[in-house]
Amino acid sequence: MSAASFTVHQGTAASRIAGIVALVGIAFLSTAPWWAESGWMREFNEMACYLIFAMMWNLLAGYGGMVSIGQQAYLGLGGYVLVALGNFAGLNPFVAVPIAAVAAMIAAFPISRIAFRLSGGHFAIGTWVIAEVLRLTIANISAIGGGSGTSLIALRGIDRATRESVTFWLCLVSVAASVGLVYWFLRSRQGLALLAIRDSEGASESQGVDVGRTKLWVYVVAAFGCGLAGALYFLGNLRISPDAAFSVNWTAFSIFIVMVGGIATIEGPIIGVIVFFLLNRLFSDYGTWYLVGLGLLAILATTRFPKGLWGYVSSRAGLHLFPVHRRLSIDEADGAEQGKPMKAAS
Amino acid sequence: MIEWLNTIVQGVLLGGLYALFAMGLSLIFGVMRLTNIAHGDFIVLAAFGAFALTSQTGIGPLGALAFLLPLSVAFGYALQRVVLNATLARDPLPSLVVTFGLSIIIQNVLQEIFSADPRSIRAGELTTASVQLVEGITVGVLPLLIFVVAVLVAGSLQWLFVRTTIGCAFRATSDDRDTAELMGLDARVVYAWASGLAFAVIAIAGLLQGMRTTVAPADGPGLLLYAFEAVVIGGLGSFWGTFAGGVILGVTQAIGFRLDPGWGIWLGHVVFLVILLVRPAGLFPRMR
Repeated sequence: MSAASFTVHQGTAASRIAGIVALVGIAFLSTAPWWAESGWMREFNEMACYLIFAMMWNLLAGYGGMVSIGQQAYLGLGGYVLVALGNFAGLNPFVAVPIAAVAAMIAAFPISRIAFRLSGGHFAIGTWVIAEVLRLTIANISAIGGGSGTSLIALRGIDRATRESVTFWLCLVSVAASVGLVYWFLRSRQGLALLAIRDSEGASESQGVDVGRTKLWVYVVAAFGCGLAGALYFLGNLRISPDAAFSVNWTAFSIFIVMVGGIATIEGPIIGVIVFFLLNRLFSDYGTWYLVGLGLLAILATTRFPKGLWGYVSSRAGLHLFPVHRRLSIDEADGAEQGKPMKAAS
Repeated sequence: MIEWLNTIVQGVLLGGLYALFAMGLSLIFGVMRLTNIAHGDFIVLAAFGAFALTSQTGIGPLGALAFLLPLSVAFGYALQRVVLNATLARDPLPSLVVTFGLSIIIQNVLQEIFSADPRSIRAGELTTASVQLVEGITVGVLPLLIFVVAVLVAGSLQWLFVRTTIGCAFRATSDDRDTAELMGLDARVVYAWASGLAFAVIAIAGLLQGMRTTVAPADGPGLLLYAFEAVVIGGLGSFWGTFAGGVILGVTQAIGFRLDPGWGIWLGHVVFLVILLVRPAGLFPRMR
């Protein structure tokens, strides 16, 4: 190899524009408590929770190659830690939200010791068993309401307008920070290692990537995000029960959101969650048939359009709003002998 | 003392049913490394099929099985050929998402047709008949019968895998798909027959589950977890290992239920996780 000088690019023109648009959008949305109806803000909060949860599933399955059906374990933990801190420790629930997310993250370390004994499809069902253990454990503890659940009474002293506004801001900040966190993680060295592991575990290990540690980090980051989603969801919901908090439907919906939007992209879940809420608005009255339709759509997307809506758009238009790929360009002076500036596939 | 012995005997019999749930799952995973998330839902579907047949036509459970068994095999074969074969890859994601989607579809279609109420397949006097083994231990005839059926199914599957030509094809394709295809096997057809066979076990399991207790459209995931736990506890060595895994799970749950009804299923899950931590390859892993 000659010592050709080269530069590595990650950004694109579209990504810089998208970044500016996103910042303006967030600034605009942050004024919503002054002009939006509370019903609209509640809807946004719910969407934010689903999006955060789906992004974490995407991080695990799409980037980490770990298909989990048990991420509701961390969502439920986040929710219950929030309620316990608020109701028993007397902590301000808004302050308890990040603490709940960190608690879910800490729980992920010991749990991963069990879950990582399995791989592939067995990992998927094994994580589900773990979520069921947590659900059954909490359903048997009467101090936190047992099977019928409990209310977040710690919010009693806070007036409605303040509660709604602060919850909305927390959701907005959290969803933006989660997108940022995943984006930053994937662009970091750890993220590059992760992409390498997904493509070939053996090859990346021989290049010095610590496979076990990288996978653990992804699992722990995902647990943090899911715990955050759970704390936010039950902060807005005001009531928690084991069946709602540890419901496998959370994972079912996030699989739908990710597969329809586009797996292994950051844009995919954002598009997926919008599609999901539109379908929910239009068809949820059909009850069981609506859910049958969602199942069919997820199967169709997986078998016929494995890259989802965003994958289709981005491969057609070459558009990357959140580029995590590294593109290598060799400087002309030295690069001439090696041909044109090359693009490193990732 | 005798009460505890009784609990263990009932647990062993319950374990026979779990072994039946588990063998279909272990068969499909063993042959093609496919984890079927909808496995429990297919058992529930078979149970509702048997329920519809017996309640609408008045035929008995055996008559229903005679009708259901070929239908289930054909369904499994077709499902593999039309849907599942296309999802098999090194990446487990497509098969997991597709079978998870099927699980949701089955649950909701069943709920639409049969409502969310639990149903039971009438089996006449068989439901209540019991025999006394020794003083203080009385077992139901139906659970005993289910246990015997499970033993027969495990024995037949083991014989089929080790002694017959189709079993040889299953093992060859499982060990090395490419080489098996070079030897003239069509892996897609082998997989389809494996699924057909698994669905025969599913039909039997569904009928017996519906006779022993009740089934509701949302029961599938629970059954999947029991089946999965039995498979992993048993290790992937043989159908007898899976059978033993089912029995261990059944006994654990029975003990848990005896200690406190709220913790029975919990204890089963926790013992599974502990075994996983201590013996990740299961208690009876493959020996070569």
